[in-house]
Parts: sequence; C-alpha cells; structure tokens
Amino acid sequence: MNWDLTSEQELIKKTIREFAKEEVAKGAIERDRSKKFPQEIFQKLAKLGMMGLPFPEKYGGGGSDTISFAIVVEELSKACASTGITYSAHISLGAAPINMFGTEEQKEKYLLPLCTGESLGAFGLTEPEAGSDAGGTQTTAIEEGDSFIINGNKCFITNASYAKFLALTAVTNRKEEKKEITAIIVPTDADGFTIIDNYEKMGLNASNTTELVLENVKVPQENVLGKRGEGFKQFLITLDGGRIGIGAMAVGIAQAAYEKSLNYAKKRKQFGKSLSKFQAIQFKLADMAMKLELARNMVYKAAWLKDQGRPFTKEAAMCKLYASEICMEVTSQAVQIHGGYGYMRDYEVERYMRDAKLLEIGEGTSEVQRMVIARQIGC
Amino acid sequence: MNIYVLLKRTFDTEERITISGGRINEDGAEFIINPYDEYAVEEAIQVRDEHGGEVTVVTVGGEDAEKQLRTALAMGADKAVLINIEDDLDVTDQYTTAKIIATYLGDKEPDLILAGNVAIDNGTGQVGPRVADLLGIPYITTITDLKIDGDKVTVVKDVEGDEETIETTLPLLVTAQQGLNEPRYPSLPGIMKAKKKPLDELELDDLDLDEDDVEAKTKTIEVFLPPAKSAGKVLEGELDDQVKELVSLLHNEAKVI
Repeated sequence: MNWDLTSEQELIKKTIREFAKEEVAKGAIERDRSKKFPQEIFQKLAKLGMMGLPFPEKYGGGGSDTISFAIVVEELSKACASTGITYSAHISLGAAPINMFGTEEQKEKYLLPLCTGESLGAFGLTEPEAGSDAGGTQTTAIEEGDSFIINGNKCFITNASYAKFLALTAVTNRKEEKKEITAIIVPTDADGFTIIDNYEKMGLNASNTTELVLENVKVPQENVLGKRGEGFKQFLITLDGGRIGIGAMAVGIAQAAYEKSLNYAKKRKQFGKSLSKFQAIQFKLADMAMKLELARNMVYKAAWLKDQGRPFTKEAAMCKLYASEICMEVTSQAVQIHGGYGYMRDYEVERYMRDAKLLEIGEGTSEVQRMVIARQIGC
Repeated sequence: MNIYVLLKRTFDTEERITISGGRINEDGAEFIINPYDEYAVEEAIQVRDEHGGEVTVVTVGGEDAEKQLRTALAMGADKAVLINIEDDLDVTDQYTTAKIIATYLGDKEPDLILAGNVAIDNGTGQVGPRVADLLGIPYITTITDLKIDGDKVTVVKDVEGDEETIETTLPLLVTAQQGLNEPRYPSLPGIMKAKKKPLDELELDDLDLDEDDVEAKTKTIEVFLPPAKSAGKVLEGELDDQVKELVSLLHNEAKVI
C-alpha cells in the first residue's frame, strides 16, 4: 500500500494550485455577482494542456490519470467552484464518453478539439421528465433515410453554450414498454437546435447551465455514439466517472471553507480570546478537518480504482455522496464560525455554501447515490 | 548554445520561519524553486527557443532538491544535474557552493549561465558572481532584459530602480531580477515528459573535490528571529502637535535620532 502521490501527480497539484491561486481565485467573487463565464481561464488551462488531461496523447490528450483529474478539479473548485464544475463536466461528461465509446473516426473528429480546448465538452441527458430515471426520456430520434430527426427538450445541461457539439440521449425505438435509448452526437449549430442560457441559479453562477430545444434536428446516423441502443448503459458508466469529479469539487469547496474558518477563528477575538480557543469552535474545526480527510481519501480511492481498471461504481457513489454531504455541513459551519461576516459576500463562505448545494443534486441526488450503493451491496 | 541555470531550493515564501536548536526548522515546510531562479529558468528556455542549444539546470544540495529540478524540467529545461553534498558536508557557505559549481562547469564550456539575483533565504547574492569569477568570465547582476545577437549581448541592468544598458560578449553569467520575464507554469505535457529527461546526480568525489577544498570560509555564530513586532501607535490631534510628538518619540523613545 502506498499513500504517496506520484511525482507527476505532485507536480500537477503544485502547478494547478498556483494557477488557481493566481488566475482563478481573484475574480471569483465578481464572477459570482456578474455571472460572467470564466472563458479566459479556460483558454489558459487549454494552453497548459489541461483540457485533455486523462485522455490518450494520440488525440491531443495529456496521458494522465483520474487521480490527477480529481486533483485539478479540487484545486480549481477551491478557488472558484463555477470554474471547477465547468472543467469537471468538460472532462467527465463531455469528453470521457467519446473517449470510451466513440469510434476511431469520432475520436479524431470530436475528442481532439475537446482536448485542445477548441470546444468545451457537454452531455445532454437530463430532461424535464427524466434524469437518473432514464425511462422517462422523451426526446426522440426517428430514422429518415441515413439520418435521424431529433425532437425534444433537455434541461440543466452544463457547458452547452460553449460546446461545438455534444452527445445527447434520445429514444430511437420502442419495444412494447421498453425504450431503446441511443446517444447521438449533435453539432450545436445544427438547424433547429436552440440553446437557452437564462436560468437563475442559487449558486455556481459563473458556470454555464442551459436548456436545449431540438426541433427537427437532422444528423447523419454515423453520429450515433458507439452502438445504437447502448445509450442507457453508456450514461451509467459516464456518470460513475462524473461522480468522482463532483466528489473532488466537494473536497475543494470544503477545503476552502475550512481554511477560511481556521484562519478567521485564529484572528477573531471575542471575550478576550481568539475564537479558536473556544472549545465549541475547536470542535467544529476538528470535525471539518476530519470530514475533509475522509472525503478526500474516498475520492482518491474511487479515482485509483478507476485508474487500475477495476470496478468503481460503488466507491464513486460513496465518494460523491459523502463528499457532497460533508461539503454542505462544512460550508454551513464555515458561515456559522464567521458569524455576521460569514453572511456577507466578501467573506466568500456564503458562496461556498450556495455552490455546495448543487453537489448533493447534480449527477444523481444523494438519494440516488444511496440507491446505487444499495444495489451494489446486494439489496 | 550551451546554457546553464544555477538553481536553489528554498522555503516557500509563505512559510512561517521557526528556529529550533540554533537552526531554521525545516520540518513540514514547503519548498519551492527560489523565485529569482525561476526567472533564470524562464529566460534560459526563451533564449534556447530563439537561438537553439540546450538548457541544463544545476543545483547543489540534497536528495530533496530533485523536486525543484523536475519542476524546471517540466517548465522546459533539457537536463538537470544534482550535485549531492548531503553526505559529505555539514556546513556550507557561498564559497562552498560557488567552488563546487565552478568546478563542475570548468570543462563544460558554457556560453551563458543564468542565476537568480539573490536566493530569498540567505539573500547574499554571491554565488553567481563568485562562479563567474572562478571561471574567469564576465558577469552582470540584476538584469531585467537580455538580447543576444551572435556573440554580442545587450543587457539592461536594474540599478536601484534606474536602468543601465550594457553591451558585452559571450560567454557570460547574468543574474535575474524581478521583471526580466513572467515565468511560465509547467504544462501538463511538460510535467508528463519531465520524468523521462536526464537528471544526473554527482557527488564531490565525481568532481575530484575533497571536503577541505570547499570548506566554508564563514562561520555562523548565532541564528535568531527578528524581535516580535509590537503594536503600533497612531498619533492624533493637530498636525503640528503630531509632528512635535513624533520627533520627541523618535528622540526619546525609539532613540533613533
């Protein structure tokens, strides 16, 4: 057993931590306010070769691993969770399915521009009537000659405004009650394809969350991602990887909240001594430190299993569930420790708390994670 | 062009320095490439990219310095050399380091040597100039610009906030001042490649040096922290009264006048 990061992982961590501090953290409060998408940050990340981090070098990727991906997501999210989720979704939801299921031609055509950062990655799964319950999918793709005609709506889709294409799920056939679900790659500039970016969100304000409207969008059948009818299986596998990203985000936000709280508790004096000398506050900080340690270990373990090519569905669900729940607790306690100041935007902890809430919801709610774990342990 | 960079591993600028047993406590501290040496690495890479050649990064220290050398390789340096003195020497000073580096470089025929202006730990700024002196080549310290045209070199040197432009020739040693460039972050491909680049480890024996040859010329008598800063005093009232009070305080309390 070895708990050390490799020298590459160490160096990636050091580099991205410095990058996040210098290039990402500074504008985070302002971007939360203005809802401005951090496009320049992504141009810089692309220049550093980070946009294709875990993918093969032959498609312009970095040839790195899932642990490094988790490290990058954590450090970006620590500085700005909107930047973190954009990166995480780009890699794990946008690019990963093309890498895992795409044909050679599809990888050359679509994975390459994702790795270079020319396009951001996105994945069109959730619908008004369907999320983790894929059976509710209502978007249809009807065959016409050698094309598909797609109609339907998607909601809460991350990054689509900055994507040149994305894979989305649609019903391609019905056998009695059972739907055949297929993932199809659709160019975002296709006729009849509208992307609406006007959600008013609780947090993650600088990330791009969109609705997709597809009206008779025509794409060639060669755009089927991998094999027809495998969409359901593909998105379950994709979400397993995405959950490591959400877990890493949660660790990053919680780490930021913890550091701010510890720092504040040491400096802030009440009743003649520092807050950090009061046992009530010490216990909060001790709990934060412990939960963070456990959550990060679980994220790393799930990532490590994935890198080893072993099953990691259960561990990914556990890391996502645990990390997102402790992130909510830690950020809430961070606001508490900061008192009235914590409620103010400039102290940042209130943003952490708003950003954290999404992590208990996105890529499968906490309830769905428990369902996944229950299934995995044989219930 | 044969380019060498002298690099030192130092405390992270954000570390809080503590002392135990007459020495600076290194336990659990984070270490970095000396920030001025980072400018030197960046400049070396830029010179190589423009004029061709090879960048070799050299450090004198212990096993732990490998991390900083790998970082320089990840930024784009071609080779690294660690002169490991961990087992041979307990006490070193600028003379020791300069002598070792100059001996190593003696038969390497460097065209350009870059170093940081000072290391942020001991801050002597001596190793660079001493190496140049031992090698018998010219040196210019605290440079903010470097242009090379054939053998001709034009350098802008920071002179206490003013600028001096100097023309000289290769071979040359320069030390980097803040403002020379903006050091790059190592790129991911750079990081992935760094491990495969050559990193040679040498000891004093390999340079035909004895411990006596490089024995420190200075002795550290005492290591102590600056006195803790006490709370400041804010003067109030009419401006004239404030000035009078300040003058009296400087005379009588601080006793600096």
